[in-house]
Amino acid sequence: MPESEAPPIDGVSVEINGHEVIARKGELLIDAAERAGTYIPRFCYHERMKPVGMCRMCLVEVDTGRGPALQPSCMIECTPGMKVDTESEITKKAQDGVLEFLLVNHPLDCPVCDKGGECPLQDQTMAFGPGESRFVEEKRHKEKPIPISDLVLLDRERCILCDRCTRFAKEVAGDPLIHFINRGNNTEINTFPDEPFSSYFSGNTVQICPVGALTASSYRFKARPWDLDTTESTCQMCSVGCRISIDSSRDEVQRFAGVDIDPVNWGWLCDKGRFSSEAVNADGRLSEPLLREGDSLVPARWSDALRRASDALAKASSPQAIGIIGGARLTNEDNYAWAKLAKGVLGTDNVDAQLGDGLPAEVVLGLPAATIDDVCAPGGTVLLLAPDVKEELPVLFLRLRHAAVNDRVTLIEISPRTTGITSLAKASVQPRPGEVGELVRALVAGSNADRDIAGIAVDEINSIRSLLSAANGPLKVVLGRSSVAESADAVVDAAAAVIEARPDTRFLPVLRRANVRGALDMGMAPGVLPGRVALDDGRDWYESRWTKVPATRGLDTEGILRAAADGRIDVLVLLGADPLSDFPDQDLAARALTGARTVISIDTILNASSRRADVVLAAAGFAEKAGTTTNIEGRVNTVSQRVTPPGTARPDWMLATEIASRLGTEFGFSSPQDILDEIGSIAPAHLGLSIEVLATSPDGIVLPLDLPVDEIAEEAIDAAIEEIVDEVVAEIEAEIEEPVDDFIDVLAMADDDGFVPGSTPRLVSFVSDAPLPVPPLDSYAFRLIATRKLYDQGTIVQSAASLAPLAPGTSLLVNPWDLDRLGVAESGRVTVRSSRASLTLSVTSDPGVPRGAAALVVSQADVRVGELIDVGDPVTEIRIETA
Amino acid sequence: MARLTAENVELATEIIGRYPRPKSALIPLLHLAQEQDGHLTDDAMTHIADLVDVTPAEVLGTASFYEMFKMEPVGRYMVNICTNISCQLMGGEELLEHAESTLGIRPGQTTADGLFTIEDVECIAACTEAPCLQVNYRYFHKITNGEFDQLVSELRSGARSDIPAHGTLAQVRQHIPADRQAGSVVPENTEVPVWLPVSEDGNA
Ligand code: SF4
Ligand code: SF4
Ligand code: FES
Ligand code: FES
Repeated sequence: MPESEAPPIDGVSVEINGHEVIARKGELLIDAAERAGTYIPRFCYHERMKPVGMCRMCLVEVDTGRGPALQPSCMIECTPGMKVDTESEITKKAQDGVLEFLLVNHPLDCPVCDKGGECPLQDQTMAFGPGESRFVEEKRHKEKPIPISDLVLLDRERCILCDRCTRFAKEVAGDPLIHFINRGNNTEINTFPDEPFSSYFSGNTVQICPVGALTASSYRFKARPWDLDTTESTCQMCSVGCRISIDSSRDEVQRFAGVDIDPVNWGWLCDKGRFSSEAVNADGRLSEPLLREGDSLVPARWSDALRRASDALAKASSPQAIGIIGGARLTNEDNYAWAKLAKGVLGTDNVDAQLGDGLPAEVVLGLPAATIDDVCAPGGTVLLLAPDVKEELPVLFLRLRHAAVNDRVTLIEISPRTTGITSLAKASVQPRPGEVGELVRALVAGSNADRDIAGIAVDEINSIRSLLSAANGPLKVVLGRSSVAESADAVVDAAAAVIEARPDTRFLPVLRRANVRGALDMGMAPGVLPGRVALDDGRDWYESRWTKVPATRGLDTEGILRAAADGRIDVLVLLGADPLSDFPDQDLAARALTGARTVISIDTILNASSRRADVVLAAAGFAEKAGTTTNIEGRVNTVSQRVTPPGTARPDWMLATEIASRLGTEFGFSSPQDILDEIGSIAPAHLGLSIEVLATSPDGIVLPLDLPVDEIAEEAIDAAIEEIVDEVVAEIEAEIEEPVDDFIDVLAMADDDGFVPGSTPRLVSFVSDAPLPVPPLDSYAFRLIATRKLYDQGTIVQSAASLAPLAPGTSLLVNPWDLDRLGVAESGRVTVRSSRASLTLSVTSDPGVPRGAAALVVSQADVRVGELIDVGDPVTEIRIETA
Repeated sequence: MARLTAENVELATEIIGRYPRPKSALIPLLHLAQEQDGHLTDDAMTHIADLVDVTPAEVLGTASFYEMFKMEPVGRYMVNICTNISCQLMGGEELLEHAESTLGIRPGQTTADGLFTIEDVECIAACTEAPCLQVNYRYFHKITNGEFDQLVSELRSGARSDIPAHGTLAQVRQHIPADRQAGSVVPENTEVPVWLPVSEDGNA
């Protein structure tokens, strides 16, 4: 929707219905009118797609000096002096006529149509239509509905041929799998026979279809729009942070829809995000706590379960014997409460929100940051050192696609294998696993390379080098963990090389899971404290605000699991984490779960790991709790509660607060807002953040807030002093039993008490260690690439009935050249052997995999890739033999 | 039925080479496929989609817009009989009826031997020669019932080598050697015409 803001100085003055309107240069009349408060009816025009002038509903009378004439307002730009009448007799007659024609063949499905009640055709017929039809003939009939994909159904006779869905498929998603078929009166939308509209973005067409021609199989006949209660929230299926609306009826989530926010999703959602609505109320949701009794988990009372959990924590032999893994499923408030419990009460720094499949917290928090808008800024150059964004962060893919196709952004991709974005990149190379650091060093070096590196030919290196040095303005890097079969060291080394050579480079670190970024921001990683500060830098600040801070840096997930496997962990807490399924090295994860004395799992659905827990606490899930979340950019936005959690499931912050209280520390939190207030007043990067500030910015807020640093510090100090003063005043008042009013004295007393506000600690900055050396190439071995697909065996995807069957499975992908060399037949069976295990599976030839490497997809049925991986090795070497 | 044969892929490659963008070769390639199989098979359309780098849905969208591309098998001879106004006045309807009864099929149907399909068509722009018809888009003017029967028996006996099977546009194939091509330069790679930047500014 065009935002209303002050007209620009170089605007164009036009007259709409007798009033002067200042349009932006090049602005379409339909947009300028809407901004000025005059809504022109439309069907085909959509503000996020190119206009096509297909439906003629937006005809208005326009006079550009040659007398008034009907013109489609979605196709003409405002020109100086243009006079427009959107309410003239002629305009009305045109609207009338267009609607009468559209309704000629439109079936009378309204009473049973999903769109009825929120249908532009219905609404505009009411507002602008003829009121009566003169058409008495038989309408067109077609078989209805026909599925055009696993998720979307089409009623062709309802279609008004507006070209929105087809334009979306081609222009926005780049998947032109639906098209106008036939001609004239027989024109219809359809797919090619047996080639469904299986786009990751198909659900958007349901949302933008101006009639009920496209419906979602998961929502068809589920609810009527007027029965729905709606709340805005932020999608938590990945960390792009798309804004959504949650619709519920009778306390049950019915659907999610995209909400347009300019800096992030532009109204689009991926199908995984959209249809994850089905998972909210899935079978198997935990509705009460469970306790282990022998071999089984049995329902328990909350008081018993919480007692078991806090007793175990209290009895841990030392803070170092406690490990906490997870946080991506949690809100920022949940994470803050858990970080405070872990670091400020239990005193352990063995906390990690990532599962060994991301990047170190210092890298994510410390690199100079770029927003999505920065990365997509027209004319820029973007280096993708990231996983397949189409598979992992789909709406980021849409933004990058738009940037490359429409905004002259040069994409340069360095990936272990070709990806969904390869065809859009100006250059794309696939270095050997483990050697990306060295390659990138050469790409940003001051002079041309003189030899092949990481399997990439020297000419190619030098041509990318010149693309990079020709970049307009600072380089932007999308940085992530492309393959979990190699350590993060190589890509961190690559980032270090870039920033060393080009210090003005900015980075968009792309971790995958929901609120993983928020968890890191809240200190859910070893060596950091809430508000993006390092443990050592923030120690004084937090010691004066919490009661304690861990003395030394703790372990990351890999370290915690190793310690647990060695029997050095008494209590392992899994916060929505399932290391058995998600940690790259499954052998280590399994040994850790066996080795930890007590395992406490806090989750919404039982998973492989929580089935082995001793205590399972039922958590409230998405749409069942309020709070804030932080996306890949470090943008904070709200998540909202729309329905009641199942049974007695509770939000994670409440569990942390409760456990802290049982351990003798009162957090005093009684709502997420209390926690946000505390975050906003003490977490250094979050100073000044509050629910009020968020309410003023529906686009979310990129931290740190743009207030001058001193001002923030002072505000925080003032707030802190005031709090202390209040406390002291209360104490004195209690003692002398009368009100005190001499604040100066009290302040002096407070200072005597030893209170030093201190200055805000500096935020984390990027450091990189030298990477582990990669073993020399061995001509018999292959290096493993382990990537992800959008749909996998993850708990939420598998709990959403429509999405579960879409997980594609995996086979071993090998370059045809290697397949030949091995003498293995295409789609034959092979045995893959690593130092850890061996798997037998089928093999597929794929020229997108570099020679000497082999690719698998993790988290798919039947193939447990994690069994092959040893996280101690910089790369995973495998051998392939005919089975 | 089938994807394009190896021989036709070679032709297709030559045709694609004539255009700045592969996609522009879509219509000629559809004709090639229709020549090969008599109609457009799904496999051929999928193959063409690969060759010109679009999706099969886009190929079908384009092909189905045109009446002369057939998505279903038709007879070796497509007989289009005009019943529009001039032909109607001059006996087009009767001609159609005669055709229907002699061939034993209705418009849109194909004879059991797979030789003839009749279509009842609108004006084919030979009104001065009414009533008229086309066989595989070759004209026959001022046709009487007797002449129609004669034509059918000639076609049956294979005496009309001038009328190739449905789908073949011309019996002489066009070849344009690479060095004789007009030059297929991608528009992006040509110099920007002087007027373009001006008009993009909105000043022209
Ligand atoms: S299906 Fe809907 S969006 Fe697509 S052309 Fe028809 S009316 Fe428009
Ligand atoms: S891209 Fe991510 S945040 Fe956006 S809808 Fe998909 S899963 Fe949700
Ligand atoms: S909205 Fe302008 S023609 Fe459809
Ligand atoms: S009416 Fe038959 S050719 Fe014109």
